[in-house]
Amino acid sequence: MDFLAGLRGKDFVMVCSDTNAAQSIVTMKSDEDKLVPIDSHKLFAISGEAGDRVNFSEFVIANVRLYALRNGIPLSTKAVANFTRGELATALRKSPYQTNLLLAGFDASTGPALYWLDYLATLHQTNVCGSGYGSYFVLSLFDRLWRPDLTQEEAFELMRKGVDEVKARLVVSPSAFIVKVIDKDGTRVLGTL
Amino acid sequence: MQLDLSMLEPVTRNAKQTQEACLTGISGEGIDAFPLPAVADLDSFEKEVVEYVKPSHGTTTLGFIFQGGVIVAVDSRASQGSYISSQTVKKVIEINPFLLGTMAGGAADCQFWERNLGRQVVWCRLYELNNGKRITVRGASKLLANTMFSYRGMGLSMGTMVAGWDVAGPGLYYVDSDGQRTKGQRFSVGSGSLYAYGVLDAGYSWDMSVEDAVELGQRAIYHATARDAASGGTASVYHVTEAGWTKVRGESVGELHYKYYPDPLVRSSIAVDPLAT
Repeated sequence: MDFLAGLRGKDFVMVCSDTNAAQSIVTMKSDEDKLVPIDSHKLFAISGEAGDRVNFSEFVIANVRLYALRNGIPLSTKAVANFTRGELATALRKSPYQTNLLLAGFDASTGPALYWLDYLATLHQTNVCGSGYGSYFVLSLFDRLWRPDLTQEEAFELMRKGVDEVKARLVVSPSAFIVKVIDKDGTRVLGTL
Repeated sequence: MQLDLSMLEPVTRNAKQTQEACLTGISGEGIDAFPLPAVADLDSFEKEVVEYVKPSHGTTTLGFIFQGGVIVAVDSRASQGSYISSQTVKKVIEINPFLLGTMAGGAADCQFWERNLGRQVVWCRLYELNNGKRITVRGASKLLANTMFSYRGMGLSMGTMVAGWDVAGPGLYYVDSDGQRTKGQRFSVGSGSLYAYGVLDAGYSWDMSVEDAVELGQRAIYHATARDAASGGTASVYHVTEAGWTKVRGESVGELHYKYYPDPLVRSSIAVDPLAT
């Protein structure tokens, strides 16, 4: 079962995802990176049906990059979020993509931003968010322990707590997780859990 | 005495009569509609029948990359529901001398779309001949995945591995009719895949010799066919190297059983001494 979680700090945004790729009841691999980069300071955390999520995110990423090339200026995180929502909403009544995603980004002017987007094209800007069955466990934990002045170290610790909870409580818990952070210096892998 | 005057009635029935006739399963001259099966719920009946007629739903296929290249191994049984429709299906599709595709799910879907991939690869190859490069496994599998994605939700059933050798070395991708495409070292697909994974995961190591790898592929297929009723026939093994693919094994699993376990009471986990208490 897909698991995504995100946290926004004062000057960074941190996301976590499981790294399992499943087909029916079989884990086909456990090192799939579902945190896909859009550009140096933005990434999508993607979940949902395997074909849909890859196809949709590749489509959006290609368009975002094309925009940057054509106009010589990259889209802001907010613009990418609204563009993605628009595409998902247009597809919804034709051939819907079964994909839920988180968008994390850092803009020089506005700082870190975290968006939650589901397959029905609901868009929320949030400080903490999650997706999948595992998110029920971590959302309450994040709500309880999140502070606006959270440091990266504290956020990583919070992420670890959340993942530990998922591993302990969720019947169909994934086996491996990856955490990435975006700040003014760009995207970094913080580690696996 | 009553005369039968039905012959005087017009040949074409009205819509209501036709519908009644169809629903009760009566057919005969003068009904201007296609007779429908006499079932209560036509939609679910049709779905059930279509599933039943789709061949090759049960299968075991596997592929893995190791030090000596790529091994692809498959069984050869095709079933339609509980009926074994063939024991000699070719489940490895030879796309070109450097690319193989495996077949699980609907046989027609696999054959058609992998043949189609072969054509697309040829088109790419024309371009690539000009550039002096063959198509990559990555590229070929993406072509197939894109085709699958464009038909998603339209009833295709296909689980395939695209294996081969290109400039990047050995390649192995899993592609299915949901549009999923993943790169990997070790895959197994089909109803017997869970059994095959068990043997494969236990016996696999990167450093194994070619001989051991071929044997592992064959052994995994054999054990899967032993447990999965929908898999059987022959276990075929292909080996892909820098020089392209070669077929290295193709033995009946029945023969293999007696080869592996000449004395059924020794080591065969399925066998039980009938005289034991």
